[in-house]
Parts: sequence; structure tokens; C-alpha cells
Amino acid sequence: MKFSLFMCSPEYYGIEYEINPWMSLQRQADRALARRQWEALYGLLTGEIGVKVELIEPAPGLPDMVFTANAGIALNGDFISSNFRNKERQDESRHFKDWFKKKGYRIFELPPHQFFEGEGDLLFAGDTDAYAGYLIRSDVYSHAAVAEMLDRRVVSLELVDGRFYHLDTCFCPLNEKSVVYYPTAFDTYARQVIEANFPDRIELTEEEALQFVANAIVIGDHYIQPPGGARYLRRALQERGFEVHELEMSEFMKAGGATKCLVLKLAETSEGASGSVRDWSLFREKT
Amino acid sequence: MYSETVEIRGHFIDSLLLPKILDDILQNGAEFVVEELRVGKRRADPSYARVRLTSKDAAALDKLLKRIRQHGATLVHEQDCELAKAEQDGVFPDGFYSTTNQQTFVRLNGKWMAVERPEMDCGIRVLPDKAGAACVPFTDLRAGDLFVVGHHGVKIEPLERPSKEDVFSFMSSVVSTEKPKGTVARDIARSFRDMRYRGRKILAVAGPAVVHTGAAPQFVKLIESGYINLLFAGNALAAHDIEYALFGTSLGVYLDRGIPAEHGHENHMRAINTIRKCGGIRQAVEQGVLKKGIMHACVRHGVPFLLAGSIRDDGPLPDVITDVIEAQQRMRSMLSEVGIALMVATTLHSVAVGNLLPATVKTICVDINPAVVTKLADRGSFQALGIVTDVEPFLRELCQELNV
Repeated sequence: MKFSLFMCSPEYYGIEYEINPWMSLQRQADRALARRQWEALYGLLTGEIGVKVELIEPAPGLPDMVFTANAGIALNGDFISSNFRNKERQDESRHFKDWFKKKGYRIFELPPHQFFEGEGDLLFAGDTDAYAGYLIRSDVYSHAAVAEMLDRRVVSLELVDGRFYHLDTCFCPLNEKSVVYYPTAFDTYARQVIEANFPDRIELTEEEALQFVANAIVIGDHYIQPPGGARYLRRALQERGFEVHELEMSEFMKAGGATKCLVLKLAETSEGASGSVRDWSLFREKT
Repeated sequence: MYSETVEIRGHFIDSLLLPKILDDILQNGAEFVVEELRVGKRRADPSYARVRLTSKDAAALDKLLKRIRQHGATLVHEQDCELAKAEQDGVFPDGFYSTTNQQTFVRLNGKWMAVERPEMDCGIRVLPDKAGAACVPFTDLRAGDLFVVGHHGVKIEPLERPSKEDVFSFMSSVVSTEKPKGTVARDIARSFRDMRYRGRKILAVAGPAVVHTGAAPQFVKLIESGYINLLFAGNALAAHDIEYALFGTSLGVYLDRGIPAEHGHENHMRAINTIRKCGGIRQAVEQGVLKKGIMHACVRHGVPFLLAGSIRDDGPLPDVITDVIEAQQRMRSMLSEVGIALMVATTLHSVAVGNLLPATVKTICVDINPAVVTKLADRGSFQALGIVTDVEPFLRELCQELNV
């Protein structure tokens, strides 16, 4: 899968409401520090890692727009726009859709009653399979619709711990066989599904999971995470040949997000280029 | 019973969503039938399942639906049943839904409701406020009653598959003389005990051969020990039983010696006359005239009996109901708690009672003539278990198995 990344600078970032257990109006983020942390990530990605990063203009009054992972799913020139569950974030979609439309993407929308929060709740493991979290933010119904749009298998995993409200806060596929995850964030069926699909599993302790080390960006053999995972994760990643990059994310973690939440993959697969997508007309945005 | 149908789409098999939903249904005391399951061919293909769930409790079903909805089960869009008014007494509206003996549900005001008193060959009458529905035969319907017409919004609950432990699981109504009767008697005895334990009633439908073949003492034992709680028969069973009780003969033949008594053919007429003189069977028992036999045991042990008449009856006994419609109605009113019907040595009464029973009542038909069992099944009582054997050895074995 070839890809570039999509980010939004934290100009208007701050804790302005509480929509997850991490957010507290009593614990404000330091905007200047947040800016430095974001820039460090941007610098690492565009510099040492060498990925192309596209930027969207931040919009005032939308503090969480910085978490572009939740914008939707971008694959092969198509963009499936998120349906945010919380009304505080719903206005973000307009800006994201405008940006993707301008870039020439085809825009697809889910029925309004199906909540779906983009890459926050749907992650690819390899080129063919996607794993999707549901119940806390996204609806399981959206998984079936997205699976049909993508013409891919989308495996649904129930999230049961409010602290890990998006799949990308507790689950990070390294490739189609290996995954970093925090088992307790999933119900027993989802744990069985993960065990059945990933022969190689790196299980996080609660302490590690709370450091948000699963909220990581995986590019090639780079694993970009907030500081943590000293107990098991780091060694497990090194044994598998990964280079671990730790970036301070303290200000974004006040909103329940870290490295992964700040980027969206703009992905292109080889099969996508041949136009494997089936009938999308049902979902296409009315223009 | 309340019931709803849900659909699930997507990659629910790989996601274990289907087992999750089915487990939830079972853990909450509801039941399900997977009506359709289509599994996607390619890895990326979605699958499809349609599942019907049933619960005794409407509120519990609602809660369950809300919960499994979160895991992807959506209610199938269904429509209410169509209703029409009967224009005259005893005549269903055109296109009326003709019932089976299976548990039936109708959809009224968006809710599936169990139809009360399932019975074959009836119509479904709906209360004016649409709060309930019941099976009603021709004879009970009045002009102005609301009936279900057409097939929309009506569904049937197929019989539950019995557990492996149950005689009904390996027996069907296919008649055979080669079934191992010993095991069958043992299994039926187990069902009888189970019914008694659960407080359900055992109904016996019996013909006069019970007396001719000398099985009356076994039958009496079953009554005395509480294994027969209700008796449906005709004039003949009672007349022969009373003849035997009063004179020791059945149709003039001494049952203990097997030889005809002098002027024995008169005995059954004299027996009937004696009861008519007393005013009825109960009165004969109370007056000390009738001191033993099946009818005596019924009176003594408070087992209600119903004797339905036929055109060739001698007498008949004063207890016999000669109006067939009235007899049918009285039978219906007595069936509510019946869990097992044991039909022995009677063709017409077996078929008649079979017609009135819901399919959920386990029906055992014992007859020396295989045609009886076949007839019963052909007339819709598909749930009947047929045993082709003489009634006397069967009842003897059953009594042994029950230790009575």
C-alpha cells in the first residue's frame, strides 16, 4: 500500500468540551506546547521518515480537527466521510469533505444514522483486511456499508472500555500477521477474533495501554508512539525489527489522542488502481 | 409468546457477531431459529442471516432487540395482518386464514402476538381492540367478529426439536410394527412422569377394546396413580366397562374365562339400563351400584370424563353428550393444561380429539390397526407417535415402567 499522510495544525486546538474520559475542562492543553509537539511529529514524518504530508487549513471553533484520523477513510482517490457521533465534532466533516473534493476525490457518505469515525475506528492490516471498532463511537452498521464500499473484508470488534473509545487507541496492526493491542479494551468475542486473525500478538499491560503506545503510526519498520511501553512493548517491537520513535504527546493526550490520531493515511493500493470498487452509487454524495 | 425477525449483514461470521447475538438471545431466555444464512463466497463478500426470535415476555423481547441491534441485528420490516368482519353467524369472511394446529403468531399494531388456543381448521378471531387473537371454529363465530384474512402478518412457529432424551426425537408418526415396544413404553413412562412433575395433564382417549382385551385393570391403575387426568371416550367404552363391573362380561363374554355367559348378549343392555335408572354414572357410584372399573375410578378419583355420542350408540348412557357440537365445545374447554394425549384403541375419537389439539401436545396413538395412526397423521396431527400393538400388553408394560 502506497500512501501519503494528511494532517491539520493545532492552531485552534484546546479542551473546549468533554466527550471522552480523558477530556476535562479543568485540565486545559497548553497550545504553544501542543504546537511544538505537533511540529516535532510533522518534522519526523516529512524529514527522517520521508513521507509526503498534506495539510488542511484548521478552522476556528473546531478544536479536534487536529485529529485528522477521524476525518474518514481515504483510499484510491475515494473518500468516505465520517459521521461523528458527538455533535461537537460534526462540523468538521464539512471542511474535510471540501478539502477532499478540491483534491479530486470522489466523496462518499454513509446514511446519517450510521455513526462512523474514520480511521479512528477502522484500520487496515495489510492490503485486504480491515478491522473496525464499534459501540462506543462507530456503529457496527457502518462497518457493513464501508466493507461494501471498499470491497474488503471488515472485521468488527466491540470496544468495552470508555478510555479506549476508538479502535486506534488500543489496537495497532503492524502487518497482516502482527498486532499490538490491549486485550481488556475488547469484549470476549473480539478477543477471540483477534487471536484467530493475528498469529503474532503483542499484548499491552494496562499501564502501557494508558500511555497510549498503541496509538502509533506504523510506516515500514518505523513505529512512532508517545513515550511508554518500556515494560514489554519496546523489546517486542525491536525483536521484530522495528525502530521505535517516541514523541512527547502530553497536550494531545489531554484530549484522548496521540501520534496516530494526528494523521490520516491517504492510501493507494495496487488493486484499487484497477478499479475494483463495485456499485458506489448508493453512497455517493449528492451534488 | 412474542416473536420478531431480524437480519444481519456484513462480515458478521468472521467478526463472531452472529454467535454473539445468538448467545445473547439464549442467555436471556428467548429462543431463535436461523431462517436463512448466506455466506459470502469471496473473502470480501458480505454474508446475510435472517433470524427469528421468540420470547414469552414482550418487554424482555424489546430489551433483547435493543441490545442485539447494537451488534448489527436489524428488525425486518413486516406488516400487520389484514382483518375483515364476519357478515353472518357461522360464516368466515372470504379469504379467511385457515389455521393449523401449530403455534401461530399474528402481527397487530406492529407487535407479534401468539394466537391463543391453537387448533387446526379454525379462523383467527382478533379482539376489537386488537389486544389479542384466538382460534375460533365455525360454530363459535358471530357476525361482526374480526378475522384475519390472507397470509400477511401471520407466521407459524415450527415445533421445537425435542431433546435427545425424548422418545419423540427418534420416533415419528411413521407407523411400524417393528419399533422396539419395550423402549417405547419406557420412554413414554418417562414422559408421563415428566408431565406429572410439571403439573401438566395427561389425557386418555380410549375405545371399548380397552375393556374387551382385558386391559381395564391397568387403565384403572393409571387413573388411581394419577397418570390419567382426563378421559375422553364414547358410549361404548363406558357401557362395556360398566357391564364388566356389574356382570363380569364384556359384550356377554366372561373376560376371565373367555367364554360367553348365558344370555350374555343382554348384559350390556342391562348395564346401560341400570345406570339410566340411577340417573348417571356418578349417581351409580354414589348409590353403591357401580363399585369398580374405569368409570368408577374416574368418579372416585375426580378424573373428569367426557362421553361423546355417535349414531350407533346403545342407550346411550345418561352421561353421553349426543350433540356433537356441544361435545366438541366441552372438549375444547377441558384441554387447556393437557401436555400428553394417549389415544388407545379408538379411530373416530382419536381423529376427533386430534383435530382439537395444538401440535405442542405430545400425542401417542396405540392401536392394533396401523390405519388408525395413519389416519390421524393424514388429518393433520403430524406430531402423533404411532405404536401398532394390542392395547393390553402395551398398558401392562406401561404400568410396569411406571411402577403402578
